[in-house]
Amino acid sequence: MFPFSPHSPQARAIASLFTATLVLAAIVFVTVSGLVSYSLLRYRARGNPNEPPQIAGSKKLEMIWTVVPLMLVIALFIITVRTAAFIDAPLRPGQTPDLVITGHQWWWEARYPNGAITASEIHIPYGRRLLAQIESADVIHDFWVPQLARKMDAVPGLAGYIWLEADAIGAYQGACAEFCGAQHAWMRLVVIAETEESFSAWLKRQSEPAQAPTGVEATTGARLFQQMKCGDCHAISGTAAAGSRTGAAGPSGPDLTHVASRRYLGSGISPNTPPNLAQWITDPQSAKPGNRMSNPNLSSQEAQALLAYLETLQ
Amino acid sequence: MSRFAAWISRTDHKHIGLMYILSALLFFLAGGMEAMVLRAQLALPNLKLLTPQLYNQVFTMHGTTMIFLVVMPVLTGFGLYMAPLMIGAGDLAFPRLAAFSFWLQVCGGVLLYVSFATGDAPDAGWFSYAPLSERAFSPGPGLDYWAVALLLLAASAIVSAIVLVVTIATLRTPGMTMRRLPLFVWMTFVTSLMIVFSQPVLAASLVMLLSDRLLHAAYFDPTRGGAPLLWQHYFWIFGHPEVYIMILPAFGMISEVIPVFSRKPIFGYPLVAASSVAIALLSYGVWAHHMFAVALGPTFLSVFAASSMLIAVPTGVKIFNWTATMWGGSIRFTTSMLFAVAFLLEFTIGGLSGVAFAAMPVDWQLTDSYFVVAHIHYVLVGGTIFALFAGVYYWFPKMTGHMLDETIGRLHFWLVVIGFNATFFVQHFLGLLGMPRRVYTYPDLPGLGALNLTSTLGAGILTLGILAFCVNVFASLSFGRSAGNNPWNAWTLEWATASPPARENFESVPQVRSRRPLWDLNHPESPDWQATPDRSGEGA
Repeated sequence: MFPFSPHSPQARAIASLFTATLVLAAIVFVTVSGLVSYSLLRYRARGNPNEPPQIAGSKKLEMIWTVVPLMLVIALFIITVRTAAFIDAPLRPGQTPDLVITGHQWWWEARYPNGAITASEIHIPYGRRLLAQIESADVIHDFWVPQLARKMDAVPGLAGYIWLEADAIGAYQGACAEFCGAQHAWMRLVVIAETEESFSAWLKRQSEPAQAPTGVEATTGARLFQQMKCGDCHAISGTAAAGSRTGAAGPSGPDLTHVASRRYLGSGISPNTPPNLAQWITDPQSAKPGNRMSNPNLSSQEAQALLAYLETLQ
Repeated sequence: MSRFAAWISRTDHKHIGLMYILSALLFFLAGGMEAMVLRAQLALPNLKLLTPQLYNQVFTMHGTTMIFLVVMPVLTGFGLYMAPLMIGAGDLAFPRLAAFSFWLQVCGGVLLYVSFATGDAPDAGWFSYAPLSERAFSPGPGLDYWAVALLLLAASAIVSAIVLVVTIATLRTPGMTMRRLPLFVWMTFVTSLMIVFSQPVLAASLVMLLSDRLLHAAYFDPTRGGAPLLWQHYFWIFGHPEVYIMILPAFGMISEVIPVFSRKPIFGYPLVAASSVAIALLSYGVWAHHMFAVALGPTFLSVFAASSMLIAVPTGVKIFNWTATMWGGSIRFTTSMLFAVAFLLEFTIGGLSGVAFAAMPVDWQLTDSYFVVAHIHYVLVGGTIFALFAGVYYWFPKMTGHMLDETIGRLHFWLVVIGFNATFFVQHFLGLLGMPRRVYTYPDLPGLGALNLTSTLGAGILTLGILAFCVNVFASLSFGRSAGNNPWNAWTLEWATASPPARENFESVPQVRSRRPLWDLNHPESPDWQATPDRSGEGA
């Protein structure tokens, strides 16, 4: 991972600047530790009781070790500003974001202009630079996918923008970097970079409303979902479940329209398998301690039905 | 007056200084145990020793304790104890205010720890960003305790700083001009001024936070027109000077220890003093480098990148001055000197990673990761704590009349150096691998488990080192070799009196005609005031 395998021009620019800084730091450290070690070896007292020559300073030497570091930091500042300008390249006037990423306690929502909404799993086409808008629904979070982009704080009321891009197909791990409460550790995400074709297929599928379930169990589950008021927090497009996006006013949960298509549950805490999803709906606090979901107190038949319904949401 | 009343109303600056140091040691043990709990939880991926909520409380308490109840008070304690002695004064300017500041400090510390008893210790991190710290997201009483405790601690720090500023400004013995002031006193002076001009900002923002939490104000609540970023600006305008408040007195200790054990005067005294003033001034203009990852715009942030890089220059200068002090000397490897040398190297690492963070794009990748955890610990442990150990081994004989044991001292030194680097060096790699800070656990991705386990084992070694130190202190109090007035053959005024000094400090203060009055006394053939006149005029 970073800085050893950056996968975008932006991340590579940071990696090069880091390497340059590291080289500079190594030179300074070797100089200092060399001088210190030499002094220790060469000027050790070894039982000599005599006082050494009392030298109180040298203007010339001090000038050298003031001016040389000053030159070094000026050079570092110049490459810093150039790198920063490249990474934060300005937007075109009136440019709208290609996706909006919102931090919630403790999951990520990504919305695309065609209406597709996903949670903690972001798809992008590889080789194309997307403009991502980063915002927050509650407290301050920080969007961080080390191999692809700079960090950006998600501050309520202040939109930040980053260029999000991957130059190879792959699944890139990310995380919330700003401490945001009980489950900051499991506010992870994955960015899946794929070909243009599979990206647009995915995007089209994700923007479609949920299909009405057909089996008996799943139909019961769909009815339960509405009865239990799951839809107060979780939206399912194509149904009455509208969900909620505001964090401060009350809980909000991920959009579940295509929940079964996702790789992880709970922003990375477990793989998306039927037993893990069953744990979420029967005992959410054991699935992810401290999360905002209260226990719906389902009977085992109800849990079976709800699970069957959720598994149809491909 | 009862004995208790007599005890708490003692105003001898040495007594107050020692009580500050002792209370800091107790809280250091508490903060250290908290750190061990954190490291135990992180030893392997997906451990469940602590609930996430408890983990967040423990790391918040660890940070708050180490900064406000350990580093600040221990440095204040050394300042209150040593500054009057080093300037040839009989006591502080306002001894009762100093005692007041100590008891305020104790109240703040106790209040902070009482929050554990409510079952809801503060859990928003030591800088408690809004709106996480607002009632909507932290409904329990923990953050109220945190804010009120910090208000008391800020008030205490302001009071003791005023006492030190006035003492150093007005109670110097004749001949002790500012050009001859021992560097530890110089640094204490500069630090105290910084405290006076930074803690009120903290206090004001705490009052705003408390108003939000208790009186339904909305300073930092974005849903009601407040600005969460305002808290960050306020906090770091206090918080970055705070970083130098925690390191400058340590620089002062190093500037006393290295010359004495190299048997040479400090190299470039005026530059060492002046560069501290430069650091103090610059430190008020760098706060937004804590906010590089906020969308504030590259132009605004570049200004802070420049000022942050600039501050590396006066800091780096000191490293070279200390090294040049050793060059050509006759170096004695006491435990104190070992810690001072280790400080030079560890602090250089912490300083250099600090410069890396000043380069915005590097910060955009590494801030809020374990890399920054490594950085702050290299600065605060490898820097301040190592310098404090150097200072303790150096001044313990003066404060107690007993020498610390050099054999246990060496054991202490090596355990701490090995444990410290094992704990924190690997954390640089954790950050580079993408591990965020302040997570109670982490996925089993390649490398994370092994590096975290190394860090936890290192913390165990570090703990053994601290135990060796405690054993050394308590054993030496009873069995330590008698120190005499001046065991290190040092040159500043605190060594010209008994160990420990009597209530009034000096029977008679030696004449001060240079920076090293005791050198002049012992070397009438080559006194400093002849060899290197300091343009102070004929002081005495």
